[in-house]
Amino acid sequence: MRRTTRATPSPSPATERRTVIPRFLASALLAGFLAGLAVTLLQPFTTAPLIMQAEAYEHAAAAPASGTPHAHDHAQGEDSGWKPSGGMERLIFTALANVITGVGFGFLLVASFALWNGKANGRTGVIWGMAGFAVFTLAPSLGLAPELPTTQAAGLMARQTWWILTAAATAAGLWLLVFPRKPLAAAAGIAAIALPHIIGAPHPHGFSTQIPPELAAQFAAASIVTSAVFWACLGWLAGALYGRDSAAESRSSGAPDRPRYRAAS
Amino acid sequence: MSDKRYPAATIAADAPANALIQQRAIAVLGALFGLFLIFGVGFAHPEAIHNAAHDSRHAFAFPCH
Repeated sequence: MRRTTRATPSPSPATERRTVIPRFLASALLAGFLAGLAVTLLQPFTTAPLIMQAEAYEHAAAAPASGTPHAHDHAQGEDSGWKPSGGMERLIFTALANVITGVGFGFLLVASFALWNGKANGRTGVIWGMAGFAVFTLAPSLGLAPELPTTQAAGLMARQTWWILTAAATAAGLWLLVFPRKPLAAAAGIAAIALPHIIGAPHPHGFSTQIPPELAAQFAAASIVTSAVFWACLGWLAGALYGRDSAAESRSSGAPDRPRYRAAS
Repeated sequence: MSDKRYPAATIAADAPANALIQQRAIAVLGALFGLFLIFGVGFAHPEAIHNAAHDSRHAFAFPCH
């Protein structure tokens, strides 16, 4: 994967400046786009059918009671805004949202490469991706299990706040565990990861839903597995794309590859 | 290995500090942009944004509804 794209070292800082930004942007955008596309192809086999099934249960439960055309109500109880009509339009907007999510997380990953030591490849990228999976999927889902559309839950703002704080605490905790390499820092890292779960996620006081528990359980698993695939793809792509040019910029680590790849450049 | 930071910066021998600061600045700006995108797709409240990103929010287990 590592390729020498420039035959000679950058002659000046100005040249370096021209290459850093495009490399950063290109790897984040392309990795995010491709990972978002991959997850869009995967969802019809994992999460999407379960969302459809849950909506069918909700329609069946709501129709005789209130007669509302769509029972997929929101926290405010109103569903008056625009929404994509079913089928293709819904799929396209979901794909768009997946790609934007991918690009957003792609920027975070590539920023991590750049802030750490500016080097990455597909393999280290997957490790970073698994860290992202732990931060943005595993830790929040322990408190707030992935929900189907109708699942009863506590107030939206409270859950969003807990989700964001949990992701931030887990990221900080993992950093403290991995990079300082000091027992005290590691202990602080474990404490930071545990703290949001000791405080506890906001939950409703009672449970009442029309969805069979098996469906909800299947969805939680499907969502977590889909996210794992997404993060593995994103990590590998971001690392491989970002690291593609670092062989040229890093003389020392690029040297062993040069004889084999010279023809390619 | 982890202490050998910013090999890219060493190429420009006359201005390694500038390149290092620049790389960090780009990374921080990029991270902020990424967070902005994630907030928009996963957390923004406006009805239209929520409905457009609905299935994606559920699939990624962002808090929804």
